[in-house]
Amino acid sequence: MSAEQQYIELYQETKGMLCRHSAQPLNALREQAFEDFKQLGFPTRKVERYKYTDVAEAFAPNYGLNLNRIAIPVNPYEVFKCDVPNLSTSLYFVVNDQFYDKALPSAQLPEGVIVGSLKDAADTHPELVKKYYGTLARTSKDAINALNTMLCQDGLFVYVPKNVIVERPIQIVNVLRSDVDLMVNRRVLIVLEQGASVKMLFCDHAIDDRNFLTTQVIETYVGENAHLELYELEETHVKNTRFSNMYADQQTYSTAVLDNITLHNGMTRNRTDLTLSGEYAETTLNGLVIADKEQQVDNNTLIDHKAAHCQSNQLYKYVLDDKARCAFAGRVLVREGAQQTTSQETNANLLGSKEARIYTQPMLEIYADDVKCSHGSTVGQLGEQAMFYMRQRGIPYDEARMLLKFAFAADVLQTIKLDALHDRLNYLVDKRFRGELSKCEGCKMCK
Amino acid sequence: MLEIKNLHASVNGKEILKGINLVINDGEVHAVMGTNGAGKSTLSNVIVGNPAYEVTEGEIIFNGKNILDMKPEERAQEGIFLSFQQPVEIPGVSMTNFMRAALNAKRKHQGLEPLPAGEFLKLMREKRKIVELDSKLANRSVNEGFSGGEKKRNEIFQMAMLEPTFSILDETDSGLDVDALRIVAEGFNKLRTPQTSAMVITTTSDCWTT
Ligand SMILES: Nc1ncnc2c1ncn2[C@@H]1O[C@H](COP(=O)(O)OP(=O)(O)OP(=O)(O)O)[C@@H](O)[C@H]1O
Ligand SMILES: [Mg+2]
Repeated sequence: MSAEQQYIELYQETKGMLCRHSAQPLNALREQAFEDFKQLGFPTRKVERYKYTDVAEAFAPNYGLNLNRIAIPVNPYEVFKCDVPNLSTSLYFVVNDQFYDKALPSAQLPEGVIVGSLKDAADTHPELVKKYYGTLARTSKDAINALNTMLCQDGLFVYVPKNVIVERPIQIVNVLRSDVDLMVNRRVLIVLEQGASVKMLFCDHAIDDRNFLTTQVIETYVGENAHLELYELEETHVKNTRFSNMYADQQTYSTAVLDNITLHNGMTRNRTDLTLSGEYAETTLNGLVIADKEQQVDNNTLIDHKAAHCQSNQLYKYVLDDKARCAFAGRVLVREGAQQTTSQETNANLLGSKEARIYTQPMLEIYADDVKCSHGSTVGQLGEQAMFYMRQRGIPYDEARMLLKFAFAADVLQTIKLDALHDRLNYLVDKRFRGELSKCEGCKMCK
Repeated sequence: MLEIKNLHASVNGKEILKGINLVINDGEVHAVMGTNGAGKSTLSNVIVGNPAYEVTEGEIIFNGKNILDMKPEERAQEGIFLSFQQPVEIPGVSMTNFMRAALNAKRKHQGLEPLPAGEFLKLMREKRKIVELDSKLANRSVNEGFSGGEKKRNEIFQMAMLEPTFSILDETDSGLDVDALRIVAEGFNKLRTPQTSAMVITTTSDCWTT
């Protein structure tokens, strides 16, 4: 049986159950997604944007699903005691794909702001969800979008109304929790209306020693003059496989800071597509990957400059060791008419061993004549002279390596605007390089 | 303190040192002079264990121990220090973190606990004064953006922090103006004790002796 076939059969057999335990706006796109998935199949490596990941292989194993929505016995608020100094967030949990609403944080959100289950929002605010759901993550274009749209039942919905500024950062901890191997299809929809502003932190964890396969689709709308900061942090374990597609659309004068950090994982594929639809929009897209053992991380980005006077900055750094195999492919597209675009794309990589591999492919495509764009990538080893200089001062070999790796990663961390998060990440990255973060023991952000 | 016997060493298969013999006793400062490319830096690097250099024959005995099998960091922790002819820039590693790691590694080797943060910073301030190193430099990355003279002073500052028993100064005096030379030489002399020794590779031997 081909890898696709099991998902096709799964859908055909469980369609009724899928729909019963979800909501109409989500169900409405299922059938088309199914047709698109059948049509597309899993992308082979011949598909440009999937060159570096064997998708069919990742989806071949047979995982269980929780289509019946059986409640998972866990109280994340007890499992994760948050005592991060100075990082006071509104803390929420999503267990697998279910928003945990049993004990919500006492902190009040500003009026009209919604942070909650996507399914519930689709029931209570169907017109709002319908307006945005599935419009960025097109199922005809990407098999992961199609598969997720066909199978997802719930996830997260974040809505910030016009001119509302959410001061306190919103922290979402995605917890993978299961006693058997599990496939999770999580869906996230984020809408910032005109002039809205929010900072969010998504932390992904896997608390059980099981094989997990997650598909996640995030659709983000950043309205006119709205401001979004979204930090995504993966800190799972080596048995975790993640396919995450993130789409964001930015309107005039909006700003977005998106950070994607892979601290610890198994196999990760992140697709990030940003569209600058309105003039004078600004986007900062940063990534940090720390991988060793046989970890794999494939970041594939597209920044689509559709409007004039926009600015994009992209910096992805990888620190690889052992037999890690990673890829970065980033395409910046400046369309006809997107004059006065400023764009910078940098991918820098540090390889700590001979067996570590990085495939790097920065791409710049320009169809406008009055633009300032640059792109480039570097691959380097730990500097021998610097290593020796440190060792001559008595610093042991492993620690010298760690200091150099940390130094290399530091400038991505510096782009994090939330001071407390920045400090916390410095601490976590340091621990990671010391090898003290080799398995997920719950939310390190909170311990 | 240090005894070198019939030392042969090569770089990239080319033999540079062809049988060096040298004895340095406690409290002694030896000046080493030689033409460009004579092998002075090679000798320094071999003593501190730079893996780029291969010892093909001979022995180096430091305080009774043969150090040739020791890693560079072990030799450093035993009390050997090299003031580099060309100090290395390490972007992203702050002087403070670098010094803390070095000092605490040495303390660990001596069976001591890491120095508490407050005491460490106080020590940094005290030692900086010896070579009149600007406090701004201490907040920067190691040697990054330092002038030639500042780099040399930074070497002596590190020496002051780590208090080695045997120091090698590889042309620490070259390329310095009169003032900087005075600061570096005075700093070095302040650090000397009857129990410490040094090998000074120099082009201007007279400034090192007081
Ligand atoms: N890393 C290296 N790789 C190749 N050759 C080297 C290396 N280091 C030194 N050499 C060679 O070894 C010889 C001795 O060099 P060394 O640097 O020890 O001389 P030196 O006496 O310190 O000279 P200077 O007065 O210029 O500092 C030179 O011929 C030099 O080219
Ligand atoms: Mg020399």
